[in-house]
Amino acid sequence: MKRTYAIWGGGIVLLTLLAARCAPSAPTAKKAAGGTSDLAVAAQKTYVAPGDLDEYYMFASGGQSGNIYVYGIPSMRHISTIPVYSPYPATGYGFDDDSKKMLGAFTWGDLHHPALSETNGDYDGRWLFANEMNGRVARIDLRDFKTKQIYGPVPNISGNHASAFVTPNTEYSMMASRFSIPLPKGSVAPIDKYATEYKGVVAAIKIDPKSGNMDLGWQILMPPFDFDIGDAGKKVSDGWMFWTSYNAERATGKLETTASQRDRDYIAAIDWKAAEKAAAEGKGDMIGGVRVLDPKKVPGIVYLLPCGKSPHGVDVAPNGKWIVGSGKLQGVTTVFNFEKIQTAIRNKDFTGDEDGIPVLKYESVKEVEVAVGLGPLHTQFGPDDWAYTSLFVDSAIAKWKLGTWEVVDKVPMSYSIGHLAAAEGDTVSPDGKYLVGLNKLSHGRHLSVGPSQPESSQLVDIGEEKMKLLYDAFTEPEPHYAQIIKADKLHPIEVYPKEENHHPLAVWDVKDAGVTRQGDKVTAKVVLVRSTITPTSIEVNEGDTVTVALTNIEQTTDELHGFGLLDYNINVIVDPGETKTVTFKAKTGVYPFYCTNFCSALHQEMQGYLIVNKKK
Amino acid sequence: MQAVLQRADRFLDRDLELKERALVIVAALLLTAVYVFPLWTLTMYAPQYPEGLRMNIYSYKLEGGNQGQDVKEINLLNHYIGMKDLVAEDFTEFKWIPFVVGAMGLLFLRTAVHGKMASLIDVIVLYGYFAAFSLWSFGYKLYSYGHNLAPTAAVKVPAFMPPMFGYKQLANFEVYSYPAAGSYALGLVIVLLGAAFLLAWQDDPGRAKRAG
Repeated sequence: MKRTYAIWGGGIVLLTLLAARCAPSAPTAKKAAGGTSDLAVAAQKTYVAPGDLDEYYMFASGGQSGNIYVYGIPSMRHISTIPVYSPYPATGYGFDDDSKKMLGAFTWGDLHHPALSETNGDYDGRWLFANEMNGRVARIDLRDFKTKQIYGPVPNISGNHASAFVTPNTEYSMMASRFSIPLPKGSVAPIDKYATEYKGVVAAIKIDPKSGNMDLGWQILMPPFDFDIGDAGKKVSDGWMFWTSYNAERATGKLETTASQRDRDYIAAIDWKAAEKAAAEGKGDMIGGVRVLDPKKVPGIVYLLPCGKSPHGVDVAPNGKWIVGSGKLQGVTTVFNFEKIQTAIRNKDFTGDEDGIPVLKYESVKEVEVAVGLGPLHTQFGPDDWAYTSLFVDSAIAKWKLGTWEVVDKVPMSYSIGHLAAAEGDTVSPDGKYLVGLNKLSHGRHLSVGPSQPESSQLVDIGEEKMKLLYDAFTEPEPHYAQIIKADKLHPIEVYPKEENHHPLAVWDVKDAGVTRQGDKVTAKVVLVRSTITPTSIEVNEGDTVTVALTNIEQTTDELHGFGLLDYNINVIVDPGETKTVTFKAKTGVYPFYCTNFCSALHQEMQGYLIVNKKK
Repeated sequence: MQAVLQRADRFLDRDLELKERALVIVAALLLTAVYVFPLWTLTMYAPQYPEGLRMNIYSYKLEGGNQGQDVKEINLLNHYIGMKDLVAEDFTEFKWIPFVVGAMGLLFLRTAVHGKMASLIDVIVLYGYFAAFSLWSFGYKLYSYGHNLAPTAAVKVPAFMPPMFGYKQLANFEVYSYPAAGSYALGLVIVLLGAAFLLAWQDDPGRAKRAG
């Protein structure tokens, strides 16, 4: 008996020793190691001396924060935050009457894909569009970096993930639904009728070429696939729009399994110019207040390209000829040839249909499958036909060449890269130079801040043959897509010129400031200028509806003033030359107000009182 | 005594030659510079204003740099020390200087036409008086702005003389004050008139006679 124990015991000791020998304390495979950089090179390439300016702007989506974050490249410094879908007390966004109205009933939005406006397929620096999941699209004016319009929720669209991609001349911001539902919104069908009663939708939001104002365009009824990401065709493929989708199975329930059964899902190719024409001719039906084209009844506007399992990104190369679809559950990315697609459509080279939409024969439209690595998600481009594909599972970026299809280099990302953004890397003329990997995980690469970990964004030098990691930045949650634009394309103003302020309640002289009353509606015209809020006291009665119109009459850069009203949950920031209003119901008492944005040596004295008298 | 007066009369009665008349006409034309160019420029730098605040003083207006914004900014800053706002209405100079310069120009032309030494001396004296008075007036204006500070000012500073010519440090500001193109033109006018006078003096018509 004792001997048996001894043998077992000895065996266990031996096994333990063996195990200790076998498992290294750190991964030995090279690709498993986190990215490192050559200190001297990286420091030189990213160091922007105090007072010097960056070369590029990066506009990064802020995901569920509802914001856009503005970074300088190559320093990766966070310069500014543009609130879009959430209130942001730092700039008073969501507190004044106009921005409150724009936010509507929502206090959040899951912002995924910024889309810079384009002219001839190149960034023109006018506007930035950005989607969010509740079916809305926002327009930010890059003249003043402010959100000017939130459009939506767009009818029939549910889960506006595949958005806000713009066409090459910013004719449309395109969107597609990630979650199919019975239409119109509000109608109900049992979940077991998903395959037939639930519908996907592609929506084209019309953009006014002068003002950028968004308006309802037209829509296309789609099978209940989950549309994921889109990209507009350019140059030879201008006039087309491409969308990835998963769940060609039309499955419900536990989608991670049920929607991953088929080897191929679809990329939908839409001839949007043909659809636009059909809509203009009055084809289609009105559903939910918008003209919806049914491809069954309006043939020739939608085709399906089979693509490797559950594709996530679809990216059109700068020449418009190659369409790169990345099946996220594969080790290859698929390149389609636009000319072959056109030939296949002409020859009716179909293998079947989905709800009347022809499915093109894979072999006829595919150019090549490129073995980029595991879990390819998105592709960006550089000059000279270079392509860069993010690999989520491999946690790396692969560099490969369009045309020769060779994969020439890989750089590890820390960790689990999602989107990537190269300098003007989704336009007709990419700059190369810099690329930012937008990673989902950052663990261990920053000072610990507890369980809520920031995301990581890594700057990569793509100016030479080998990609080189330059810099780690820790970005606000949660960057999905980002776009990088050459700084000299933007010409922001720094004050609102007095001549342009046509606000009916604006006053430009302290002599004109004061309180007027109409019944129980009180309007206070207030002047903000260093270092007084005029009038210094505002007297009203209990129950009055008070509108305070604040004009910052400064015309000096950086002279912002604030108006914080205690106990009323009001804080607005008014930029030089701007007028904003806040409206509230007065409650009895004395409430101090003060300038919330440090403005001058006597900022602290910039204060006053709201005096609300008891009802007589 | 009689002889001295006679000599003076003869001197004053002397005719101006073509080149002297031409110089006077050029001087008259130069006067028009004050309608185009500023007379004085003040530039102020502070850590918060690395690009500087600029104020150009013309014969008829104040002009701020940065599309006029700089004068507003200077006034905004000055209100903390209780200085009066720099506004065009307070500068009576803007009304009389353009008028006086115009009148001077006409007198210059008259001198060129009459072509008499007496007339040349008249305009030199008048112009000298005008220039000196204008400079004094400008200096006094600066003095008044720096000395009439509101007693209720938030920041109390001792009365001061802003720089008229050159550089002075005022609190966090480096202030530079220099004449501008208009003043240089006015200076050149003096030189031209002086040159005309010296030339006329040298063309002594009696000199040839005496030598003969």
